Amino acid sequence: MRAPRFLALAAAGVLAVSPAACGSATEAADAPQPSASGGFSVRDPWVKAADKGMTAAFGTLVNDGSADVTVVAASSPVSPMELHEMAMQDGAMVMRPKQGGLVVKAGGSHVLEPGGDHLMLMNLTRPVRAGDEVTFTLTFADGRTTDVRAVAKPFTGAGESYAPSMAPR
Amino acid sequence: MGRRAALSVGAAAAAAGALATAAAMKDSAPPGVAAAPPHDGTAAEPFHGPRQAGVETHAQAHAAFVAFGLHRGTDRAALGRLLRLLSDDAARLTRGEPALADTEAELSLLPARLTVTFGFGPGLYRAAGLAAPVRDLPGFSIDRLLPRWTGGDLLLQICADDPVTVAHAQRVLIKDAVPFAAVRWVQQGFRRGRGIQDDTQTQRNLLGQLDGTRNPEIGSPAFAAAVWRPDGSSTVVVRRIRAEMERWDRLGRRDKELAVGRRLDSGAPLTGVHERDEPDFTAVDAAGLPVMPDFAHVTRAHVSDEALRILRRPYNYDGAPGADGRADSGLIFVSYQADVDRQFVPIQRRLAERDLLNEWITPVGSAVFAVPPGCAPGGWVGEEVLS
Repeated sequence: MRAPRFLALAAAGVLAVSPAACGSATEAADAPQPSASGGFSVRDPWVKAADKGMTAAFGTLVNDGSADVTVVAASSPVSPMELHEMAMQDGAMVMRPKQGGLVVKAGGSHVLEPGGDHLMLMNLTRPVRAGDEVTFTLTFADGRTTDVRAVAKPFTGAGESYAPSMAPR
Repeated sequence: MGRRAALSVGAAAAAAGALATAAAMKDSAPPGVAAAPPHDGTAAEPFHGPRQAGVETHAQAHAAFVAFGLHRGTDRAALGRLLRLLSDDAARLTRGEPALADTEAELSLLPARLTVTFGFGPGLYRAAGLAAPVRDLPGFSIDRLLPRWTGGDLLLQICADDPVTVAHAQRVLIKDAVPFAAVRWVQQGFRRGRGIQDDTQTQRNLLGQLDGTRNPEIGSPAFAAAVWRPDGSSTVVVRRIRAEMERWDRLGRRDKELAVGRRLDSGAPLTGVHERDEPDFTAVDAAGLPVMPDFAHVTRAHVSDEALRILRRPYNYDGAPGADGRADSGLIFVSYQADVDRQFVPIQRRLAERDLLNEWITPVGSAVFAVPPGCAPGGWVGEEVLS
């Protein structure tokens, strides 16, 4: 009998599509960033701290606007970046570039999380230490961009295997 | 509310019992009974404010005290990064929201009055190149301190009315701290379960004594005078006090009361009737001896000036007994005061000097921390200290 309420709470906590949940997020140090693309924001962005090599960034893409948006590219001063998805390949989960970018429906949201879609930092040019803030620029299909500041968290998960051979160029 | 709900559950169960056999009840209790709503799981204590939570907060049922030793190289800038991460975790978890990158997000949804209180040890200020507002406590003759319970550069006092909530918060906070610091010690403790007694009632320690009778009242000017500095900061002393239960058991009830200076049942001073009666240190018995012995704990610890009192916010600990049945029990003594040297140290000196209770208790751990002011939404604990 209590299960539905519990699930609803969980959904509000993770997806944060309700105005109330977005409001509470502004209390955090890494509040959703003001956006160049009306109504688009990234809630709770974070990046996995790493000294070198690859790492990944996560968060919830929120589209409060009236039109769908597509994120087609990401960039950062600390690393070249790609948009990735996780997929089953030869019986194992691997990550690979996401074809067609990340689509966020009007009024909807899209979760980037370990084990799912994420923003990949391909080769760090400097360490991203725990507690650092990393700035990303997301580019939309129409050419507009928005900046996102993500905090670096110590995180041992998200150690998926990468299948770069799948990458269409 | 908790009591009323419990009563209604009882009434419903009694009514159902008239119709059902015990076996039937076990397998198919009426829905109204099975679905009794939780009482306190979603209750939240605000994290943000000019003073940190977890001090002037009715003590929650469960606590973990986690002390860290900073890694070499954790400098002022790194401390800023650490404290931003920990403050953000604490702000989210105390609201009943998952921390960022929370791997067990569902465990965060019932805060159960969770508070996370930050303490800065002398070593943290050294690492930041700053003058420390606290210094290590002087040694006391009764101390038998073990390194594994002593010292620390950073303290997190994690309290909630639910032990699962405490365990999850502890895990989240430690994960974010390990790039900067090593866990030096963890002490886990408990009080009576939430709702078992009224919040304002003095609780008993495992020696059976009422503990904290003289505490300043939450919300009172006396509390503010004793605990808070004008800037919203304070200090905390955490001492692990082993109870020598086997020796204590050998004492008769009367001798136990003389050692403390209070009656075990009511907590009243030996010269009084009620728990909160002022002890009369001038009263003598028929033989002309003081009714409140000079060696009694209450006599030694007594402070007349309200501003010189301390806030006791202790938790019991109870480890696994040995094969011989010897207890591993005691008290995580926790005291908050505006000024350690003016308030805590003189009391502890008088107790060390001549407190008969010392025969049955042994301090085995000790640490002192400054408690920086709280932070505003978007800020972090320690910001004005370290920025």
